[in-house]
Amino acid sequence: MVNLGISIGNLKFKNPVLTASGTFGNGTEFEDFFDVSRLGGIILKGTTIEPREGNPYPRMAETPSGMLNTVGLQNKGMDYFERNIYPKVSLYKTNVIANINGSYIEDYVALAERFDKLGKIAAIELNISCPNVKMGGMVFGTDPASSRKVIRAVREAYSGTLIVKLSPNVTRIEDFARIAEEEGADAISLINTLLGMSIDIESMKPSLSTITGGLSGPAVKPVALRMVWQCARAVKVPIIGIGGIMNASDAIEFFLAGASAVQVGTASFIDPVSSVRILEGIEKYLEEKKIGDIKEIIGLINSI
Amino acid sequence: MPKRIEDFVIRGNKRLNDDFFVLELAAGTPLPDINPGQFAEVKVEGSPETFLRRPFSIHDVDYRENTIKLLIQIAGKGTETLSGLRPGNSLNLVYPLGNSFTIPSAGEKVLLVGGGCGIAPMLYLARKIAQAGIVPGILLGFRNKKRVIEYEDYQEIGDVYLTTEDGSDGVKGLVTGHPVLMNSVFDRMYCCGPEPMMKAVARHCGNAGIACEVSLENLMACGIGTCLCCVVDTVRGNLCTCTDGPVFNTKDLKW
Repeated sequence: MVNLGISIGNLKFKNPVLTASGTFGNGTEFEDFFDVSRLGGIILKGTTIEPREGNPYPRMAETPSGMLNTVGLQNKGMDYFERNIYPKVSLYKTNVIANINGSYIEDYVALAERFDKLGKIAAIELNISCPNVKMGGMVFGTDPASSRKVIRAVREAYSGTLIVKLSPNVTRIEDFARIAEEEGADAISLINTLLGMSIDIESMKPSLSTITGGLSGPAVKPVALRMVWQCARAVKVPIIGIGGIMNASDAIEFFLAGASAVQVGTASFIDPVSSVRILEGIEKYLEEKKIGDIKEIIGLINSI
Repeated sequence: MPKRIEDFVIRGNKRLNDDFFVLELAAGTPLPDINPGQFAEVKVEGSPETFLRRPFSIHDVDYRENTIKLLIQIAGKGTETLSGLRPGNSLNLVYPLGNSFTIPSAGEKVLLVGGGCGIAPMLYLARKIAQAGIVPGILLGFRNKKRVIEYEDYQEIGDVYLTTEDGSDGVKGLVTGHPVLMNSVFDRMYCCGPEPMMKAVARHCGNAGIACEVSLENLMACGIGTCLCCVVDTVRGNLCTCTDGPVFNTKDLKW
């Protein structure tokens, strides 16, 4: 029997496989395919205080080994979440984590307080890295002073487990990891999508309505892995690795680089059962290697 | 009806012309209830350029044979790869996805309008309508005679009308110029095809007070309502083509 359990701050996870925000809905969409409570955690679709219609169509483009998206945080707002989504997701027997977004620091704080009051939200992932909204999002996450301010404000308002989701669209991501740690984040998650673009040469127009969008999928994995490794050497807080994880081997690379947990994102679009297959694959790998505990491989390359 | 992920075995791959082919797929387990208008997300193996699944209307269902059919137009690397599948190959599907067309009530007069690859969801719909005791009118539009496909299949089910843009078969022009659409009385129309065609049919139905449903095709990643990429602008805001559609009442669309 392999021990797959990990901890982030005071929060225990039965296994280190989570789902990335915006790729797993609220989990309910996947119930036909598998018992989503088997996962270590579910990170919900990003929520804002007010409902958002998101960006105009077209919102996606397929790219070599990946895809671009510009959804723009479409969601039905916090009131709707409390009334219609929370009653369902609070029944899951795993960690349900909210992903919060806003245009102003006050939005983030208000959301953190409201999620806190609900009772069964295990943690908050602070999204300061969405590349597809004009105000907020990545604007916070790519400026050190703004990052510090918003993390500090949310930390003061929220005593639960706080995860800060970092943008890769910066020169030195480890600087932002340090800021998150200094301001009291319990963990950092990375990477959000890489800013990219694509052009349709038939119509001679950009493929996306907003011209640029966020790149995800296997195409970003080497970049994500490098950034996880850099952050692992810079901070002591746990790191949740995200970026093009399609199978157990990909996930294991992230553990070896220093991630304590992983989020499966784009893979769920292609195979709705990806996350649970990755979980099974990690367990099998550890058994074959005769490693009794996932924690033994976390950051292993850094100690050799 | 629960969605599934399942490996099918190719029973047949019938080439219809340069651009179109029909895959016949056998399921390993008894098929679930599939409603007309629903679609499948197909995983394309062996095409490195094809990263995401490809959505296709379910063209036909045969519960006795436990098979479904997909009518596919070769449009890129993904569909080209699928066109090379041979009997015995396997194909992974997530299905049945999306909502479905409204089956008419007894006594209603209905017209199905399909253009080009938009005829794909119409065969199974026509079959279901016929099973409900109504002989559907079926209006098919193609660019020219060489591109006319499955005319006989539709003739077995309903009253078929044909247009070609160059007049090489049927009535010359677009489907919206065909007398059956313009001059006959219908309670309900169903349409799938190029957007200008669907808009023209929707406009005609709106003016004539005919209920009209269209099946939309938008770029999508997941097919199950989580990526939020395939949205369509409606009177109720942005809705997902994959879960709120692909069938929409044209009154709800901001056309």
